[in-house]
Amino acid sequence: MKIIVCIKQVPDTSGKVAVNEDGTLNRASMPVITNHDDKSAVEAGLRLKDKYGCRVVVVTMGPAAAESMLRDMLAMGADEAYLISDRAFGGSDTFATSQIVAAGVSRIGVDPDDIILCGRQAIDGDTAQVGPQIAEKLDLPQITYAGDIAVEDGVVTVRRMLEDGYMTVKAHTPCLITCIKELNPPRYASIAGIMECYSKPVTVLTYEDLKDEPLIEPDTIGLKGSPTNIAKSFTPPLKGEGVMLEGADKNTVADLVARLGAKHIL
Amino acid sequence: MDFRLTKEQQMLRQMFREFAQNEIKPLAAEVDEEERFPWETVKKLGELGMLGAYFPKEYGGGGADVIAYAMLVEEIGKVCGTTSIIVSSHTSLCCAPIYEFGTEEQRRRYLPDLLTGRRVGAFGLTEPSAGTDASSLETAAVLDGDHYILNGSKIFITNGGAASTYVIFAMTDKSRGHRGISAFIVERDFPGFSIGREEKKMGIRGSSTAELVMTDCIVPKENLLGREGQGFKIALHTLDGGRIGVASQALGLGEGAIDEAIAYTKERVQFGKRISQFQWTQFQLADMATKMQAAQYLVYAAADAKQNGLDYSLQAAMAKLFASEAASDVTRRCVQLFGGYGFTREYPVERMMRDAKITEIYEGTSEAQRMVIAKYLGVN
Repeated sequence: MKIIVCIKQVPDTSGKVAVNEDGTLNRASMPVITNHDDKSAVEAGLRLKDKYGCRVVVVTMGPAAAESMLRDMLAMGADEAYLISDRAFGGSDTFATSQIVAAGVSRIGVDPDDIILCGRQAIDGDTAQVGPQIAEKLDLPQITYAGDIAVEDGVVTVRRMLEDGYMTVKAHTPCLITCIKELNPPRYASIAGIMECYSKPVTVLTYEDLKDEPLIEPDTIGLKGSPTNIAKSFTPPLKGEGVMLEGADKNTVADLVARLGAKHIL
Repeated sequence: MDFRLTKEQQMLRQMFREFAQNEIKPLAAEVDEEERFPWETVKKLGELGMLGAYFPKEYGGGGADVIAYAMLVEEIGKVCGTTSIIVSSHTSLCCAPIYEFGTEEQRRRYLPDLLTGRRVGAFGLTEPSAGTDASSLETAAVLDGDHYILNGSKIFITNGGAASTYVIFAMTDKSRGHRGISAFIVERDFPGFSIGREEKKMGIRGSSTAELVMTDCIVPKENLLGREGQGFKIALHTLDGGRIGVASQALGLGEGAIDEAIAYTKERVQFGKRISQFQWTQFQLADMATKMQAAQYLVYAAADAKQNGLDYSLQAAMAKLFASEAASDVTRRCVQLFGGYGFTREYPVERMMRDAKITEIYEGTSEAQRMVIAKYLGVN
């Protein structure tokens, strides 16, 4: 069994968000982090490794600088990494990206007992489309929004965390699971892990390496092959500050009712 | 001369910083207030290799270098003086002498548990009558068949009440003065060993500073560290390394106080301006940052010398002297920038100021560092 985890380096939106004049994100001027949901997917993979001794392989598509994120994951305990990187892949939307990443995963090889993990969604685009599209392109069963994952005899049991409750779903391997950050707190890399991470293999996959993969269509990759068109991008207006009422007494409830009444909510 | 950190060192610093900010900082005020040894943090530190950062992996260490270790103590020191000295004492004063002077059997027996945090280590040299004058030890060790019998007591032992492995110094031949001192690895549960009074302190209040009492304490002969009579040399060599740890702690305390002061002065408004807009504030912080940067260079240079097997005694003394006095000065000035709020426990700078003072005293006072430096200058 091996676990292939697809991850993405994203701008850190917890600090100052830089926006270009046309409303798009100014990625170059923002620090980058590993997408939170993706890091939890890596942690889920590492926990399966702790339990079953399986191999954990991390994959990303991005510029050469994304190697630093892969090294971070290798330091956490992943065994090997793949960086899918080529100018031909630049500007890809979720449709093109999932096709390219699926081709990369296919190149790495998916065995019958393998599991592919992705984060639910990236904090820059928030689409939650890439994971499911990779599953479709690889013709694999998919389970989204995993809040808990158990594996036994080639069957994964996943608790899907939904807005109004949860759902327990089973699937046979190989399959793809998208993870939410509530799944686990990712571990810190240990000192020994960091000292080892540069001796672990990072393989770069370029267009040349992947062009013969059946999933790759030359006219549906990169910016020109991406069907998504952004009509307008803008920063939403800030919401007003919230008010916190504390106390489980009658006065607090009366205060709450009065406030909601004043706003014509009640 | 290369001032750049390696890729691994940069990753380590980032990890140390995240760990310190997320896991240690939230507990810092509490462990100080309650004078509580942060066991939960020690466990996590051990699991991540931070209680054996620069020792080889074959003994359970992290396999990093001494600069990485200095950065570790520095990053922890930025948020918690207590936790930084726990790491420094354990590593520099207990693990290091066992690794550097121990037999292969002693290394294999003690280091795996120490370096992974299953055991905490401490160093017992100081006695009521033997402080800076360490050669006046009164604790005696007498060989009796296959074991030594130790009698005496040690005071001000950092990690004393928390440790279970100690490097203890005792006289095996009083007639030879400091050449009659020997070092021993003593376990907490050896017969005749007990923990005495815990000190109530001004700073680093979550760390354990305790008295160790040995009454006919039986120590197996194979626990002699180095040779008989080699103890004073082991102690001085170990303290040289310890000074890198304390200098790193002081460095972190000063830098941490500056971080807090920058954040505060950018928020605090007086006379219609953020106080960071006043040039006096800017000049104060610029001077403080420059001082701590100079301290960092001294500390890293000493760490680099130790890593490369060079004589680092002078550099460690200079680093400790400068960093500890800088930390005391900078933390005090940061309290002043906070005004009345800085004097309250609502903000961490008063704790940092209290924590900084001890760095001028333990593991060789500032005066002792000046003695070492003057000796190197040939001034006698």
